[in-house]
Amino acid sequence: MKITRRNALRLSLAAPGLAALRRPARAAQPPIRLGFLTVKTGPLASGGIQMEQGLTLFLKEQGGKLAGRSVELFTEDTGGVPANALTKAQALVERDKVDAVVGPLAAFELLAIIGYTDRQKMPVLAVAAAENISQRTPSPWFLRCTSSSAQASQPMGYYAAKTLGYRKVTMIADDITYGYEQCAGFMRVFEDNGGKVIQRLWPPLNAPDYGTYIAEIRPDADAVFQAFAGANGFRFTQQYFEYGLGGRKPIIAGMTGIDDSILPQIGNIALGLLSTCFYSPALTYPSNKTFVAAMRKTYHADPGYYSAGTYVTGQVLAAALEKIGGKIEERELLMHTLRTSVVPETARGPVRFDQFGNVIGNVYIRKVERVGSWLVNVPIHTFHDVSQFWTFNQAAFLKDPVYSKTWPPTRYIEH
Amino acid sequence: MSLRCSAARSLPALGLVLLLAVLPFILPGPFYIAIAHQILIYALLALSLDILVGHGGMISLAQAAFLGVPAYVYVGLSARAGLSPLPAALSALAAGTALAGLFGVLALRARGLGFLMITLALGQVVWGLAYRWVDLTGGDNGMRLSARPRPFGLDLGRPIPFYYFVSVIFLAALFFLRRFARSAFGASLRGTRDQPRRMAMLGHHVFRIRWLAFIYSGFLGSIAGVLFALSFRFISPQTMTLQQAAEVLLMVILGGPGTLAGPLIGAVIITLVKTVVSSYVARWYTVLGLIFIGVELFLPEGLVPGFARLRRRLGAALLARRRPA
Repeated sequence: MKITRRNALRLSLAAPGLAALRRPARAAQPPIRLGFLTVKTGPLASGGIQMEQGLTLFLKEQGGKLAGRSVELFTEDTGGVPANALTKAQALVERDKVDAVVGPLAAFELLAIIGYTDRQKMPVLAVAAAENISQRTPSPWFLRCTSSSAQASQPMGYYAAKTLGYRKVTMIADDITYGYEQCAGFMRVFEDNGGKVIQRLWPPLNAPDYGTYIAEIRPDADAVFQAFAGANGFRFTQQYFEYGLGGRKPIIAGMTGIDDSILPQIGNIALGLLSTCFYSPALTYPSNKTFVAAMRKTYHADPGYYSAGTYVTGQVLAAALEKIGGKIEERELLMHTLRTSVVPETARGPVRFDQFGNVIGNVYIRKVERVGSWLVNVPIHTFHDVSQFWTFNQAAFLKDPVYSKTWPPTRYIEH
Repeated sequence: MSLRCSAARSLPALGLVLLLAVLPFILPGPFYIAIAHQILIYALLALSLDILVGHGGMISLAQAAFLGVPAYVYVGLSARAGLSPLPAALSALAAGTALAGLFGVLALRARGLGFLMITLALGQVVWGLAYRWVDLTGGDNGMRLSARPRPFGLDLGRPIPFYYFVSVIFLAALFFLRRFARSAFGASLRGTRDQPRRMAMLGHHVFRIRWLAFIYSGFLGSIAGVLFALSFRFISPQTMTLQQAAEVLLMVILGGPGTLAGPLIGAVIITLVKTVVSSYVARWYTVLGLIFIGVELFLPEGLVPGFARLRRRLGAALLARRRPA
């Protein structure tokens, strides 16, 4: 099952003359055909595999059924390459005839497929955080249950200025759009509340060593906001401590910077570090307790950003399907229901959606603590029902350019 | 003799034309037709690289740049500057060809490993520019193309017309390459590969021959680049990564450098493993690796020349068996 998903027989059944054979008997409802775009090879594979863990556990927990219909999951590996993501999306839509797609992982994959999936009227329930896909260039077939890039970093900007009382902060993130967008959101809110971003550092995604960047961090910074993705957050944090800055200058992290999936590798030095995210394994919602227990039992790991992302996506999809009697083929109805429902009980807490299909839900400020034998990002503060627009006026927000390296302009960085 | 020979030679060509013509009716759906045109685009890129690798003996790691740069120019000019498809495509081809001219001047100062390293560096420079020059290229998010053009009322947005569009261009390029391989210029390029000193002594301008080959190669690669942009309607720096450059080189090596069928066969195998086999086998990289090892062990000159050798040997063995009687 794990290695060969479908046997050769299925391929021959795909021939046009035999297509009729695949049509099931009228009495039983045919299975829901759910597509899943993830990354199982290449540098993004760790996140992609976690996405698969989250979704697999959710479907298993539901007994392989959503709204009374059995679910057939079609998993495709994009390799984290945009062109492959598009080809795989075509495979899911045209060959496997799926009714909806969960994924993809990366922003550039999502941007590569969204034109195609829109033309095919294919619901896409993505994990990728790209801002504009739920803002200035929205898609009617898009839903995101996790977070836009800045949705969690904006509250962190507020928290750092108001509660932590930081005045001067250095920002460091991967030199990719995801890094720019998180940092721009953080900077905007932090500076609106009296803080100053005095420095921005953009190490390349594949930087072998952060030593030179850590040496550049200005001594007068109160704290460092790091918004890395994947294993880079772990490598940066480890080297930060090796260079002796740990404990002297606090780190505050974005939503993937100190992810629970990499906490065991970071080890005890992570204790006390703060981060912001839409999720924490320590949340006490009943479904989250079930989820965390299942993750620990099956994969011996705590769920992080990616596995929680697909798990919550599954919960939201299941709730919408319950409402429409499992009729996933009625895609307009499905999208409408997905976007207008309030789901009171997910692993991350209650969620609803804005007109662009982006989630409105809690954002947690978390602190690394030891709970039993596990290092866990434990929530210490909750921002309720956070939208991607934070507290800004939506129309004014959308008139501005999208968050980037150059927007909003820096005010306090000396050159 | 010569007449029979040429008829026998054009037989595979006719077969290929026929196969490409009927393929959409054999394949089970639009997805596989899309895979077919993707294979042709990658095959075109591999064939363009084979001018350098097979005929010129120059192993380049910069060929992905000719996939990416024209695609960027095409998408940029049509999506951002609002240029109509034909001038955008011509500008893209011109840009790709000019880039090849520049790359040639820089890289041809070295041979062998030095040449390989310079082309690697040039490819990385272009990739880095696309990645970091966010205002121009959109950075890692890339750029989208809203629609394919409709030349003469032909809707290229639909899978079958687009497939035939790509097929016709591919066949034309293949025809051009066949002429190229048999031309005096092709022969002199192979001469510079095997005996550069003698070629120079005979009065050939070795650098100019190689440079022209580089430009031909860049031009053909740029056609693949524009088709790539039309096919995926999306371009991002990932099109120009080292991985992509190496993949095209592997297509050439796998199929057999210096042949017309080789790069095509290489493109078929690698693209099929990447897009179709990977749906069924999670460890598809391993499958690809095993194929490479197998080919390198048993047919080190590549699939097409290797099988030709096996056939010759088999024929000789049969003849030898018949003779004693």
